[in-house]
Amino acid sequence: MAQTSPAVEVSGVSRTFGRRRAVDGVDFSLDAGDCLALFGPNGAGKTTLLRLIAGLLKPTAGAVHVGGRSLRSDATARAQVGLISHQSMLYRALTPRENVEFAARLYGVPDVHGAATRALERMRIADRADAPVRALSRGLQQRVSIARAIVHEPRVVLLDEPYTGLDAAGGAALTDMLHLLRSSGAALVLVTHNVDEGLAVASRAAVMLAGRVVRTDDCATLDARAYQADYRALVLGGSVPADLSVPA
Amino acid sequence: MSERRPPGLFCAAWLVARKDLAIEYRTRTAFFSALVFAVLALTIFYFTWDESVISPNDRAPGVLWVVLTFSALLGLQRSFGLEEYDRGIDALLVSPIGRESIYLGKALGNLLFLCAIQVIAIPALALFYNLPVGRPLLIVTGIVGLAMIGIVAVGTLFSAMAVNTRLAELLLPMLSLPFFVPVLMNAAQAATKIFAGRPVAEVWPWLKVLIAFDIVFVVACTIAFPFTLEE
Amino acid sequence: MTSVSQSAAAASVAPTTRPVFDWVLGLAIAAVAAVYVRAIYFTPAEALQGLAQKIYYVHVAAAIDAYVAVSITALMSLVALWLRDQRADRLAESSAEVGIVFLSVVLTTGPIWGHKIWGTWWAWWEMRLTLTLFLWFVVAAYLVLRGAIEDDAMRARYSAVLAILGALLIPFIHLSVYMFAARLHPMPVVLKPSQPSLPSEMLTTFVLSVCAFTFFCAALIRARYRYGILRDLAASLDAEGNAA
Repeated sequence: MAQTSPAVEVSGVSRTFGRRRAVDGVDFSLDAGDCLALFGPNGAGKTTLLRLIAGLLKPTAGAVHVGGRSLRSDATARAQVGLISHQSMLYRALTPRENVEFAARLYGVPDVHGAATRALERMRIADRADAPVRALSRGLQQRVSIARAIVHEPRVVLLDEPYTGLDAAGGAALTDMLHLLRSSGAALVLVTHNVDEGLAVASRAAVMLAGRVVRTDDCATLDARAYQADYRALVLGGSVPADLSVPA
Repeated sequence: MSERRPPGLFCAAWLVARKDLAIEYRTRTAFFSALVFAVLALTIFYFTWDESVISPNDRAPGVLWVVLTFSALLGLQRSFGLEEYDRGIDALLVSPIGRESIYLGKALGNLLFLCAIQVIAIPALALFYNLPVGRPLLIVTGIVGLAMIGIVAVGTLFSAMAVNTRLAELLLPMLSLPFFVPVLMNAAQAATKIFAGRPVAEVWPWLKVLIAFDIVFVVACTIAFPFTLEE
Repeated sequence: MTSVSQSAAAASVAPTTRPVFDWVLGLAIAAVAAVYVRAIYFTPAEALQGLAQKIYYVHVAAAIDAYVAVSITALMSLVALWLRDQRADRLAESSAEVGIVFLSVVLTTGPIWGHKIWGTWWAWWEMRLTLTLFLWFVVAAYLVLRGAIEDDAMRARYSAVLAILGALLIPFIHLSVYMFAARLHPMPVVLKPSQPSLPSEMLTTFVLSVCAFTFFCAALIRARYRYGILRDLAASLDAEGNAA
């Protein structure tokens, strides 16, 4: 069946907290297999935007659509989203397998045990699947958290600083996982401080400043070093530079 | 991607309840604390009255409700606390299950938790206060069940609210106890009459109020719950 | 338009043009004092109850206004939750604070008067007094809840939920206390507190008392509401100062 609607479509989304506008008129859309790396300083609104796309927050303006369906009004749209954030969202007293199976049941995944096993194996944590999460290191917990987020094979995966706390092995497993997700047709939104890590996986890069997306680039036509320099200038300067040739 | 159906209202609620009970079963700390409190309180209250003035038989109904109320508060405290550690609640909110299912699941988990405590506390009460074991005790157990539904309905909602505030431990009793008043008043009077040997038909007016309270507040709290979530 | 000027515009009265002395409140206090004078000096004492009966004018008026204030809180909470309106939330809060003051007056004058009539300080079977007591607890919980939350939007939502549930609770408490009272005592008392037929002078004083207290209640809510506006304005300026 031809996919006519984009995997995720963010249209004019804004979110205000009291008087503070955390996200201001953000527009973008991603097709299956796209990966958007979202860079920006602390307080730029990246996490808020991610939470808006995940359905944890209601936009004060605009709308989010997943697979052509409105996120707000359609529960099946929410079923297509997976979220990985700073906190693990796990229950420490339960085992990784129990956590992942619980998530699978919430999404109505048909073969709960099989799907959980696959997810745990992909994140290379299957051997520790039956000890309580409490007993695992932060990095291993992060892997379980990722397994939990993808057990239902979401079309859209949202990642908030996922590389934090991961060692080299964990980071490699995550990067492999992201490539696998992209090739199986998922759209990713990756929020990260680390420009290198972001550019390694992404097909598009965007920079957020003070709630707005100030710059979007296609990664295929990007020079990593130049982009790094521009990004630094943007973040430190606080404005979009007219001349993009800044020495590294 | 196959169209899979997320669980419906009650299935999802049961999933959440089951998860909460599994966590409780693993750690058992809250259960044992509440249980030890209940049994200890039963014994302490025995000594607060002069046996010659009020017989244990007459004291028992009062003690039962005090102990029920406070062990309920102990159990309710942890209800949403365990979602806060690593923001497990976010995972629930991102999933396709409805917010109402989260509330109902939590409430159901709390109810079963309380039932487990009462399974031991009520026989302990009968033991320490020399209550006749028979039909009256069974009926009172049923009244306790009805009371627990009301207590859990309101307490679960306030637990969700209190966990987001600064004074969580103080706030939960302060918010909940006024709401427990109609439950306790009616249940206690009905139970006293049953213990005194009166027939069920005579206490039916009180039970009707209790049932009405349960229905009204389960519905009202289910509707109110989404407003306690930040959206 | 900067947010400072936005909030100033939102305030119903510009601070700089506000008079220092609240004339409305001053008038209200004068009215209450005048009624008191009339009640104490110019209204005949009731034959059986004596001087204690004079409390009746305060007690009943305070009770009526307390219930009105609390109803305003419940209603405004509904509006605040439905429309996410900050002004409704502010009015609900003001009304609750004034309400608890009046409820406290009822709960202190009640036993004083009751001791005279019933011979006991407190009577659980006196339905209205008991209901007032539980209402006091609910309003106190409302105010404590508000104090425990820092985020404005969350505070408004949570207290509105509590207020609405509290409103649902009151009929149940009323019914439960009624059944409790009916069991213990058939309709009690040698002297029925609220006699439908008062001699004309006492009736006039009573009506005047209710009017004065209601005026006082409204003036207090108004004053508290205006304080709320200033407080919120100051808080938002503070927040902007911190953010800058």
